[in-house]
Amino acid sequence: MKTKLTLPLAALVAIVAAGSTVQAQQLSGAGATFPAPLYQRWGAEYSKLHPSIQVNYQSVGSGAGVKNFTAGVVDFGASDAAMTDAEMAKVTNGVVLIPATAGEIVYAYNLPGVESLNLSREAMAGIYLGTITKWNDPLIAKDNAGVTLPNLPIQASYRSDGSGTTFVFTQHLSAISPEFADQIGADKSVTFPVGVGGKGNEGVTALVQQAPGAVGYVEYGYAKNNGLKMANLQNKSGNFVSPNLENAAATLANVVMPENLRVWPVDPEGPNDYPIVSFTWLMLNKKYKDAAKVKALKEFVAWGLTDGQTFSEELGYVPLPAPVVEKAQAALATVQ
Amino acid sequence: MSAQIPETPPITEVRVGPDIFRVLCWLASASAVAVLGWIIFEIVAEAYPAISKFGLGFLTSSAWVPNRENFGVLPFIVGTAASSFIAILLAFPLGLAIAIFLSENFLPPPVRQLIRFVVEMLAAIPSVVYGLWGIFVVIPLVREFGNWAVVNLPGVPLLSGPAYGNSMLTASLVLALMILPTITAISRNSLTAVPKTLREGAYALGATRWEAILGVILPTAAPGVVAATILALGRAMGETMAVAMLIGNSSRLSWSLLSPGGTLAGLLANQFGEADGLQVSALMYAALILVVITLGVNLIGEVVLRYTQKQTAGIR
Repeated sequence: MKTKLTLPLAALVAIVAAGSTVQAQQLSGAGATFPAPLYQRWGAEYSKLHPSIQVNYQSVGSGAGVKNFTAGVVDFGASDAAMTDAEMAKVTNGVVLIPATAGEIVYAYNLPGVESLNLSREAMAGIYLGTITKWNDPLIAKDNAGVTLPNLPIQASYRSDGSGTTFVFTQHLSAISPEFADQIGADKSVTFPVGVGGKGNEGVTALVQQAPGAVGYVEYGYAKNNGLKMANLQNKSGNFVSPNLENAAATLANVVMPENLRVWPVDPEGPNDYPIVSFTWLMLNKKYKDAAKVKALKEFVAWGLTDGQTFSEELGYVPLPAPVVEKAQAALATVQ
Repeated sequence: MSAQIPETPPITEVRVGPDIFRVLCWLASASAVAVLGWIIFEIVAEAYPAISKFGLGFLTSSAWVPNRENFGVLPFIVGTAASSFIAILLAFPLGLAIAIFLSENFLPPPVRQLIRFVVEMLAAIPSVVYGLWGIFVVIPLVREFGNWAVVNLPGVPLLSGPAYGNSMLTASLVLALMILPTITAISRNSLTAVPKTLREGAYALGATRWEAILGVILPTAAPGVVAATILALGRAMGETMAVAMLIGNSSRLSWSLLSPGGTLAGLLANQFGEADGLQVSALMYAALILVVITLGVNLIGEVVLRYTQKQTAGIR
């Protein structure tokens, strides 16, 4: 029995030893689903440039990303909701938050014949509070002169799974509507008094695509790739702003980054600012044990912050403004 | 579950083979039991904070508000029961009819085999495929029907508006199709197990075919048919993916079949990934309730099935 076992064991040891001499550096990450297409693209592109480095990003959700990162089972985490101070205190090796890209959340709608739709702040909240139930409600019609709104019931669509998208969306609605803050509140999963839930951005996208009269909040990239119509939203200055990347970039340019780089432009004030925009973060430890790994990780993230940003637009993300990149790079430099 | 092994006769020489085999069998069956026990223990342990905080009120409260740490699963229990019940209501007559059709000699045996094979293949289709099919086929139909019903059948609480495509009705329709093979296969087995002598006796007494089916064959096979239904009910209650894709995932209680609803399994699939703190415990508590309900349903099915075997054993 004993001799039989030792032979394969020796072979296994030999294989492992041979593998390590090739020095393929594996970087593993897990977290938010929203930036996953971008991070996975980064991984693929970076491996082309540096074949010795393999980046494996699992899109398991922001919450799971924070859990995996805290437990130390991945080299880096990713979250749309960053990490709270309490969560960061639990990580023994410290946390460096690095804003890596940004996205905008749109009101995607399905109204045959309505090519452009303006939604005021009251309408945005009212749709999800259930106080506005028909598309030809005067509260919607007053901002859409010249548009024939159908007498259709509004099917509000939301995320049935917990998500960073819901977090950012409800945070904005809570900021602009006291009733929303009181009745629903802001979190990764909340309970809406009306509507129908779909799982994931793709689930909500499908709900909107299928039902005339439907409206749902999804990431810009999903709405764009699926050809959904997107409403112009009223911002704090009172202007109706369309969700293009230019207006989202305007929002980000006005953000003042605090020391810990954790900030949400909850209700941006600029005249052209698109109102619902959020950064999404990578989480790194302050200290790593493996020197080779930390070197590869820092180089990969540094590349993502600069060259990697060029992939943002085609995938529907908002490139980081230069001042944010500078601060992110400074934070990255503190990782050891 | 393990069948009674007859006592081995006392033997003088030492036989190692059968002993090792017996030990291995014991280990295998014990580990199956241990895993079930372990799963339940783990769920209870994780659910404990929610159990101690909400107690049995968890079952009767209809508020599921994660961000206010207020949890109750009544809408999901009702949704689980309602969707499974409607699915059974739809699948039972159809499944039983198919089973009778396939167990009688209406068609030549090769054709019967083919139909039987196709019906049982329905069980092999992955749940997510049923979900996708539901999204593209059933949802538009239900929406059309719903919009028609809201206008033309006012005052029916089960069909009150606004009508949604992702609704209790959609989920129930797809569930009905998913449990059809379970009902058909087990019912057919128990129908074909009805002794030939009974059939022949009925015909000899001058019964027509329908009299024989309704008066003799069905009553004899009835316990098996009931067991099939209960096992199908268990499957419907535990079904997750297709339901989560179709039911609309809302935690509001509504009488209308055209409104979105939610089930326990769907709730878990939706919210577990991003849950933390008390929400995890509450979800575990919901999982415990689901386990208890489905175990109970399967247990009843098992008991009825055994009862059938005893009954038919006497006739044979």
